[in-house]
Amino acid sequence: MELRKDYFADVRKDGLHEIGQPRPRLDSPGHVTGKTAYFADRNFPGMLHLKMVRSPHHHARIRSIDTSEAEKHPGVVRVLTARDVPHNVYTILILIQVGPEDETVLADGKVRWKGEAVVAVLAETERAAQEAAAKVKVDYEVLPAVFDMEGALKPGAPLVNEYHGQNYYHYDSGECRKVRFGDVEAGFARADHILEQSYQSSPIEHAPTETTGCVVTPEGNDRFTCYTNTQAMFFTLDNASIILQMPGSKLHFVGGTVGGGFGGKVDVIVEPIAILSAKLTGRPVSFIYSREEEMQISSPRAAEKVVIKDGVMKDGRIVARKVTGYTDAGAYSRHSPYGAQKGAAHYPGPYTIPNVWIDTYCVYTNRTPSSAMRGFGVTIGDFALEVQMDKLARLIGMDPLEFRFINAYRDGDMKAHRQRTEGAALIECMQEASRAANWPVAEKYMAMSSYRKGA
Amino acid sequence: MAKVPVQFTLNGSEKAEFVESGTTLLHALRDKIGDTSPKGGCHQGTCGACSVIVDGELRLSCLTLAETCSDADIRTTAGLAEGGVLQPLQRAFLDAFATQCGFCTPGMIMAAKVLLDRTPNPSREDVVEALSGNICRCTGYEPIIQAVLTAARANSQNAA
Ligand code: FES
Ligand code: FES
Repeated sequence: MELRKDYFADVRKDGLHEIGQPRPRLDSPGHVTGKTAYFADRNFPGMLHLKMVRSPHHHARIRSIDTSEAEKHPGVVRVLTARDVPHNVYTILILIQVGPEDETVLADGKVRWKGEAVVAVLAETERAAQEAAAKVKVDYEVLPAVFDMEGALKPGAPLVNEYHGQNYYHYDSGECRKVRFGDVEAGFARADHILEQSYQSSPIEHAPTETTGCVVTPEGNDRFTCYTNTQAMFFTLDNASIILQMPGSKLHFVGGTVGGGFGGKVDVIVEPIAILSAKLTGRPVSFIYSREEEMQISSPRAAEKVVIKDGVMKDGRIVARKVTGYTDAGAYSRHSPYGAQKGAAHYPGPYTIPNVWIDTYCVYTNRTPSSAMRGFGVTIGDFALEVQMDKLARLIGMDPLEFRFINAYRDGDMKAHRQRTEGAALIECMQEASRAANWPVAEKYMAMSSYRKGA
Repeated sequence: MAKVPVQFTLNGSEKAEFVESGTTLLHALRDKIGDTSPKGGCHQGTCGACSVIVDGELRLSCLTLAETCSDADIRTTAGLAEGGVLQPLQRAFLDAFATQCGFCTPGMIMAAKVLLDRTPNPSREDVVEALSGNICRCTGYEPIIQAVLTAARANSQNAA
């Protein structure tokens, strides 16, 4: 397939010449010689190992925590609880004014998901830390839990997260993110057919080969160096600074080498507590998730539910689309309010539909907090939308690719969230796809263009 | 806890260490001796990132006790390049885009090396079988399989 530079000729003035040319990755020589330094390859004398005591319950009140036996365990240097964390309640996106702070570094009075961090144990060896963690006694009063989004939104459902006050994220637009464009009911009224379907997905774990973690060393001048595999260096630096109530100038983050992330390493979870541990003990500290923690504790992609109602004409035009999307944030926000919001803008898909109504909810349940993963907020939506498109095409007896040509957005079209389409090239992509897949479409579609002169 | 002496050759040089009884070879290599090329992806024998060669056999160093390796000849990816010159296997991984984050790569290369040492002209099925204990979450397996087959061809050309 040749590179068609004419598609974006007025967008990219530079001479593109890299596509189709092999270029060596800069980091490959390190990888094939075993020399690339991942965070866990840093080893410091006297390094302590951190193990978390985690909640065995999905939802419970903590009546008391007894760390006395753990503290006596040979090799244990320090045991930390919520009281030791300077600013224990935080939320990652506070940096871009997405509040409220809703998550604890170490649980304080309550746990909201099974696996939540409650007590941190620091010991000379991993084994001693593990054994001592098993000796921490936490007295729980188990509370009713809710695991599905519809259940969580029902009146009388157990309240998952008091910092929100209800089981959904409150946007400035209300209980959900809303997009209103045209008159969706009028669109349905004149449609030849209506199709309403719902689509659902489960949480997905990224399962990177390298587990989440960091190694922190005190530099002796009240500064700390944190070697980490975070995918979000500056989010981590700034959130650590807030949680530790420590100026950013005291924190030196070293990273960028990540043994697989896929979005699963953008939360700020291990670094603040490891830096605090290094500060309180004056020793280097390593906090590395076990494989089990990586699979069970690290944020997965959110479970989603998408209900799509479309009004379609016999000639193939979609005239109205109503979407209600639900994103299961689990017990805490992390990146999910943003994911649900992205979905709201995205749900019309790459199609121009004159009447659109979208509501997307970010819902709290007693499940593992979900967060970013490869196109979160959009990927599951695309699965739902494209399956819906195939069903609509079948409903009106039209070729599914031709059906997409009819509805494809083109330059100059107004999208439902009031962004004008630019540089779409969707028509041209589909023309190429039609040729490459040997899936012919009528000549009039092959003659179409994304460009509209004067748009 | 009682310490036990272990002594072995690592990539041709003599190493001696005292380790706690029960220490894994992975831990001994990485944290005592300082060869961090074997990676710990699971510490339970499921990912293959910790693969090393012990007396010519592919071994998961996270499931191998250091104390069972006395007098052994241990090889890791860190010792592969001679005088800074990449081996065909390493070259092939680099050229074929068979490494992305790189975390699985040292283990993959060890598994591939054991295969090529024994079966210089492997079939595609041989390669798939040899790598079946190693997980990669990034590149997809196809470039890795191609890299091993390319390295096998390069080896036999060099030998000819
Ligand atoms: S670390 Fe040894 S198999 Fe995963
Ligand atoms: S390259 Fe990342 S796991 Fe294989």
